[in-house]
Amino acid sequence: MPKEDNQVVLTMRGICKQFPGTRALNHVDFTLRKGEIHALMGENGAGKSTLIKVLTGVYEKDAGSIRIEGVTGEAKIHSPQDAQNIGISTVYQEITLCPNLTVAENMFIGRTRSAFVNWQARNKRTTEILESLNIPARAKQELSRCSLAVQQMVAIARAVDMQCKVLILDEPTSSLDEKEVEMLFGLMRDLRDKGVAIVFVTHFLEQVYAVSDRITVLRNGELVGEWPVAELPQVQLVATMMGKSLNDLESLELVGQKSVGSEEVVYEAENLSSTESKPFDFSIRRGEVNGFTGLLGSGRSESVRAIFGADQVTGGRVRVKGKNVQIATPHDAMKNGIGYLAEDRKRDGIIADLSVRENIILALQVLKGFFHPMKREEMEAFADEYIKALQIKTASQDTPIGSLSGGNQQKVILARWLLTHPDYLILDEPTRGIDVGTKLEIQRLVLKLAEEGMSVTFISSEIEEMLRTCSRLIVMRDRNIVGELTGDQLTQSQVMQTIAGGKQ
Amino acid sequence: MNAFMKKLKSSLGGLAMPLVALGVLILFNLIRCAVIGDFHFFAVSVASDDKGSVLSGNIISIIDSASVLAIIAMGMTLVTAACGGQDISVGAVGAIAGAFFVIMMHPQHEAQLSTLSSVAWPNVILGVLAAIIVAVVFMLFNGMLVAYFKIQPMIATLILFSCGRSIAYYFLFQVLGVGSIKLDDPIIFAMGKVIPGVPIPTSIFIVILMGLLMYLVFKRTNLRLYTQAVGINQKAAQLNGINPTVVKLLSFVMLGVCVAVAAIVKCSNLGTLTTKSLMDSIEMDAILAVAIGGNNLGGGKFRLGGSILGAYTIQTLSTTLNAMQVSPDSMKAYKAIVIIVIMVAGSPVVRKWLVTQSGRIRTAIRSPQVKEAK
Repeated sequence: MPKEDNQVVLTMRGICKQFPGTRALNHVDFTLRKGEIHALMGENGAGKSTLIKVLTGVYEKDAGSIRIEGVTGEAKIHSPQDAQNIGISTVYQEITLCPNLTVAENMFIGRTRSAFVNWQARNKRTTEILESLNIPARAKQELSRCSLAVQQMVAIARAVDMQCKVLILDEPTSSLDEKEVEMLFGLMRDLRDKGVAIVFVTHFLEQVYAVSDRITVLRNGELVGEWPVAELPQVQLVATMMGKSLNDLESLELVGQKSVGSEEVVYEAENLSSTESKPFDFSIRRGEVNGFTGLLGSGRSESVRAIFGADQVTGGRVRVKGKNVQIATPHDAMKNGIGYLAEDRKRDGIIADLSVRENIILALQVLKGFFHPMKREEMEAFADEYIKALQIKTASQDTPIGSLSGGNQQKVILARWLLTHPDYLILDEPTRGIDVGTKLEIQRLVLKLAEEGMSVTFISSEIEEMLRTCSRLIVMRDRNIVGELTGDQLTQSQVMQTIAGGKQ
Repeated sequence: MNAFMKKLKSSLGGLAMPLVALGVLILFNLIRCAVIGDFHFFAVSVASDDKGSVLSGNIISIIDSASVLAIIAMGMTLVTAACGGQDISVGAVGAIAGAFFVIMMHPQHEAQLSTLSSVAWPNVILGVLAAIIVAVVFMLFNGMLVAYFKIQPMIATLILFSCGRSIAYYFLFQVLGVGSIKLDDPIIFAMGKVIPGVPIPTSIFIVILMGLLMYLVFKRTNLRLYTQAVGINQKAAQLNGINPTVVKLLSFVMLGVCVAVAAIVKCSNLGTLTTKSLMDSIEMDAILAVAIGGNNLGGGKFRLGGSILGAYTIQTLSTTLNAMQVSPDSMKAYKAIVIIVIMVAGSPVVRKWLVTQSGRIRTAIRSPQVKEAK
């Protein structure tokens, strides 16, 4: 339970931040008390990340004041180092550690005060921390060899070890599976009881209600309000975030009819394997929406990567629309009408410095060929069309995609593939790190595309999302397909049981 | 009209750094001339001799002498953008290209092997083609190490940087028995200096020609988009069907063509080919031109125009220092100082500071109007 004394640790008043073309924060207030978990909520582009970056010194605020316990007067935060020094630690949505260093090096990097380092002691200390937090990693292990989830946990461990007053967790759970999330929540509650004030940013509504004490909601860069968690039911929260009444929300529940597809098989693989995945059989019909599910690391992403030729294909036979074809590279797959939205948007999706327009036309341009560049007007027309159709929030089509919010970046990448009019589209975690409204938009879009005859494979960590959209689920465990669920079998408990391998 | 201005503004915006650097150098010269009361530095005159009349003066000389650097800087920009590193073997590969250029033109039956005079047109064309092919082949060797074996560009090209001139010497010596050869022929003179009857140095036309060639390549192919995509995010580019290895190899092919042309212009201009010294230490100036051009040396987005302007900036600096009678020994120190200033002024830290300052001024100007509107 949260502590009784409502001692304020941090106050932010009238924070403003302007970016070229957008006002990211407009006189936002935020108050954080000792020993509470405070959820910061809002849709993509509401200003959550910006507020946090202002607090942690990544961005300079244009106006407003920040006060923190232990510092008289206004806190001067001009760099992440400043923030760290006054007791504000952050774990970002995207992992900001150094993948080529070891776990222990990552734990202590940037915290050195003396010129000499006792690595033995540090490795020992790291091992202690990892053990106390149940993190399955070794001190001397290179960080890039850990899974995304473990990397995230190391980042949290690092922040915890810095004896912070304020701990900011920006989407810490987006790449964790359920067990790991529970572990993290345990840790968060422990820290809260020790008096740490935690800012928790997430898109998972259930998680907010599982651990938070208080909720602050932002919308379009402005503060909507602050509530104790008991006074703001989940539906109300969603409505507040979206700025809509409850009646509007009911229609959101109706995503649409699931699509089973026609008889025609669009894509078929037999014993397909790659350097990363074990041999598997798979097929999809025209207009069908199916999905791969399983725990993180079960091989679901690796399987679709093999289909697209993203990893080196080592064997198997592939037929597209009944014809035998060879798909060894992404280009082969694209020529056969397959599109693939990659799991890791930042690493495999966006070309950060290029404009929104160039990012949208990229795949189509590659399909047209090296010697057939599109005309400028043509590109602009396509970009305009899809910015409008998918409601991408961007200052202009010349804006570098890297400066868009995560959800809007994802829409741009989605636009890139839709523009190629694929017969078969693979979406790997298209809704990760995206707000509720956009998630539903994407789900609806998937069903609409299927209705128009596109076949879609949909992968998501959120089982509800897959149950809502897929007519067939392929369940994976330890890089093998262990089951296929259709029709009435598509229930949460059935999926869980199949994943777990339990008898029915 | 408005759209045109907008387009012009956006294209000039990216060239702010080299334009400002060049502008400041010109301004400096104007002030310097005003102080000493002699504007001879900016004079363009007509020099005549028995071979015809030519424009001369510092401005013409800057544009003329920067040509070789400008041509190489174009290729260097592409390699930088695609591979995120630089090729330091351009001078050495240029020497090899120059050697083959001369070997193919040389009739070889003359007693006098150390001088080349009276070549025929077909041989010249053969020489140019040979130079280009040889340079491209050697650059493909670099490209293979970088793109296929994923060796850091600077290390990969260190190999030819070290042994390229020996290779050039070897071929020249094997075929002609000399390490250095005089080029004394009207056609070569026309290629390197001036075409009789045309008052403008030939090299200027060649830069324009190479610029046009690049423009056409960018217009007719996706080289720019592919190169930038690979330079910014290779993995994402690959997942969009681009083959990064091919794109990187292509950038080296383009650099090979540039290096061969530059080498031909340079040795024709000098009237002599010495494998030991042809385009000596040009690699560092070429990298510098790319940097002054505002291009990220870590790869990604690039501006060819910036690098070309960078080349002219470097040459303007040298010519200015010459005009100020700085001794050749201390020249490099002065050059270094100016370059430090340019690079710091164009650094991200200073740029960010400038942006915030201009933003503040703008809001200060705008805010009263906003109030009125309300």
